[in-house]
Amino acid sequence: MLVEEADVEDVALGATVLGTGGGGDPNVGKLVAKQAIREHGTVELIDPAELDDDALVIPTAQMGAPTVAVEKVPGGGEPAASLERLERELGTEADATMPIECGGINSTFPFAVAARKGIPLVDADGMGRAFPELQHETFNIYGVDGTPAAVSDERGNVCLLETESNAELEWLARGLTVRMGGVGYVADYPMSGAEVKDTAIPGTMSLASELGAAVRSAGEDVVDAIRSVTADSIYGEATSLFEGKIVDVKRRNEGGFVLGHVELAGLGQDHGSSMRIEFQNENLAAKRDGEYVATVPDLITVLDRESGDPIPTERLRYGARARVLAIPTPPIMRSEAALDVWGPRTFGIETDYTPLST
Amino acid sequence: MNGYRLGIDVGGTNTDAVILDEDDSPITQTKRPTTEDITTGIVNALDDVLDAVAFTADELEYVMLGTTHATNAITERRGLNDVGVIRLGAPATESVRPLLEWPDDLEAAIGGKTAILDGGHEFDGRTLNDLDEAQVRETVREFGDADSFAVTSVFSPVREDHEERVAELIHEELGEDVPVSLSNEIGSVGLLERENATTLNAALTSVADEAASAFLEAMDERGIEAQLYFGQNDGTLMSVEYALEYPIFTVASGPSNSVRGAAYLSGVENGIIVDVGGTTTDVGAVTDGFPRESSVAVEIGDVKTNFRMPDLISIGIGGGSHVTREGDDVTVGPQSVGYRLTEESRCFGGETLTATDVEVASGSVDIGPESPDVDAETIEGARSHIRDRVEQAVDRMKTSPEPVPVVVVGGGSILVPADLEGASEVYMPDHYEVANAVGVAIAQVSGQVDRIFSLDDQTRDEALETAKSEATENAVGAGAAEETVDVVDVEEVPLSYLPGNAVRIKVKAAGTLGDE
Repeated sequence: MLVEEADVEDVALGATVLGTGGGGDPNVGKLVAKQAIREHGTVELIDPAELDDDALVIPTAQMGAPTVAVEKVPGGGEPAASLERLERELGTEADATMPIECGGINSTFPFAVAARKGIPLVDADGMGRAFPELQHETFNIYGVDGTPAAVSDERGNVCLLETESNAELEWLARGLTVRMGGVGYVADYPMSGAEVKDTAIPGTMSLASELGAAVRSAGEDVVDAIRSVTADSIYGEATSLFEGKIVDVKRRNEGGFVLGHVELAGLGQDHGSSMRIEFQNENLAAKRDGEYVATVPDLITVLDRESGDPIPTERLRYGARARVLAIPTPPIMRSEAALDVWGPRTFGIETDYTPLST
Repeated sequence: MNGYRLGIDVGGTNTDAVILDEDDSPITQTKRPTTEDITTGIVNALDDVLDAVAFTADELEYVMLGTTHATNAITERRGLNDVGVIRLGAPATESVRPLLEWPDDLEAAIGGKTAILDGGHEFDGRTLNDLDEAQVRETVREFGDADSFAVTSVFSPVREDHEERVAELIHEELGEDVPVSLSNEIGSVGLLERENATTLNAALTSVADEAASAFLEAMDERGIEAQLYFGQNDGTLMSVEYALEYPIFTVASGPSNSVRGAAYLSGVENGIIVDVGGTTTDVGAVTDGFPRESSVAVEIGDVKTNFRMPDLISIGIGGGSHVTREGDDVTVGPQSVGYRLTEESRCFGGETLTATDVEVASGSVDIGPESPDVDAETIEGARSHIRDRVEQAVDRMKTSPEPVPVVVVGGGSILVPADLEGASEVYMPDHYEVANAVGVAIAQVSGQVDRIFSLDDQTRDEALETAKSEATENAVGAGAAEETVDVVDVEEVPLSYLPGNAVRIKVKAAGTLGDE
């Protein structure tokens, strides 16, 4: 499938639904991708199954603070510079790039890399949503080495990383982003086609695109639109959790992440009930009248009640009217090994993961 | 304390004017149709209120004007300047060129001259790239026929020196008179939106100049020696000099004026405001006397900016709304006779059954020469339709389940029942018809700060104090009397996904106009 400039709009909107409140505002990534496609041509989106087993795939992403990225917009060449550094290291050219994250800003950056480099983009990712750190990857969980990895900035600095573990890759690379002015651009988890097929979550870019198109044309039935698209995917049918007004938002900064919660008071048929959503950049758990009804890694997304637009956690505000919905995560995301990396307790939430009841 | 003040609000349908006495009480008011050139309607309203008072024009101390000149110029692409758009940030930011998302006709209307040059800073104030003065001079000469310039530097809300140096270079190259808009004075963090707002501002400088000159001339002809102020989008005022430099801030001051005016007239500082016009009803919320802001970024003329506007729900019900009945089903709006109410509605001898006619037929009000004959079921159905829609909108704006005060203002206020569900009390204050004009007349002067503070060498409390005192200073600088300035809004957002301590702090302070 060929992706044109206009298609990126849908991917970006759908990625905000899959971003579960985090992952950064995809707007800048979208504009970067649109300009790259305008200048370099359309991007071929390929299914993982189309990859040769010995093909080289190098994922690319932005790392750091989205608040910085909306101000210091990238030059455009940074992620490609990281990818090229890995090509030199590995002595062979990449056959494709792919996103490591399908939620938020990182859904759209790799389109710009694919356009600039003239290589295909694999329709898959390693998070199936948005997560904060580089070890939060199915690639990591199912045994792919994150390194060699490279991090670049807009001034032409490129740092090559070789680390003992993928958690150390995260630690060191994040330190570099601070020195690079708050954002860096990574190429990591270089993989063979066979590894992509084994470890990636397939079809997430086309799912984001379908979700975006559905939300855009849904009118008042955004929840229904999302429900019908997800029902026909590897995720599972979205379920409506709550409808209400935001009556409290609390945030605190811990180790570079924004932790907090939002309280909603019910409207319409939820009148009289309350919902509390815990977040660490992304929405992690939802409690209805004190009982957990959804937890990470299932997806919890807050939509503006009127427009249906997804609201990032950074923009949650007292008084906003919202709908909360949850989307079951694909099976590869909720294996025992996966829950050890991103189950509720790994984020300090005192409950075990219980799959959504839809 | 204050002398007489005159407030004028230019709306889509009507231009309202009101004069307040020394105690800020309205003593006369008028409504005139808004004219195509805007200025004629303003002058008509001005003459009305001046004719009605016993004192002379030179006793007016302040004139406050909420105008749609700038908004119309953008939406109609009329009278806009050719703008030289200069961004400082290369080699960063080149992946999204300036004006990338602008509609083609708007980009063409401002000439489409853009450049991305070396410069800019990091979030913590470090230099991103040195400014290349020769490169700037060359670009400015290349853009030499531009009417005005818009300069945006990466992280200028943290450090503005590169933008300021470029302004000096432009003036050295092309003379002191070329208007230059600097982004750090226009908007907050978010380069592309701030650049858009700055560019729109630069495009509006001639429009603002013409509008202000025309109005100052009209004041002069009538012997008005008052200080002129313009209403801003956040419900506060700015001086003429400031409005000439920052015309973009006059965009969409109307809704803020109506919320502020309603709060003032009713004395309700926290509650819901229902503003009923001829075609639509806007429902907003007032928090500590100020409009609650929307969390969504605002598009002006299809261009995304990072302005915040009042949080409003607009429903298609007003005094001129068509009332239709199909079987037992009665609906009101969204079609409306609008400003043709006095020609088309039945109480004025017209053909169309409007919401106003229903109220006249019910005997609750007496408007127009005719009294239309409407059956009881239609009256009942229309009233209950209006009640339902307004109650739903009020419920959506509320932040707690408890009943809250509701203030109803605007020309169509008679449509709203006095016993709304969810309302602790429904206020329809005196002078409700011209609440917008009252809102701009009593508006305060504000100052803001919105930038990223690094917490490596200061505590969070120190950063907050710095932001608060800078916002207060900015308010005083804009004309507020120091002893009246209060911090009215503080928002703190830590930078996510970034180790180290950085926080984005937004503070707004406001006070009343100081004595000259």
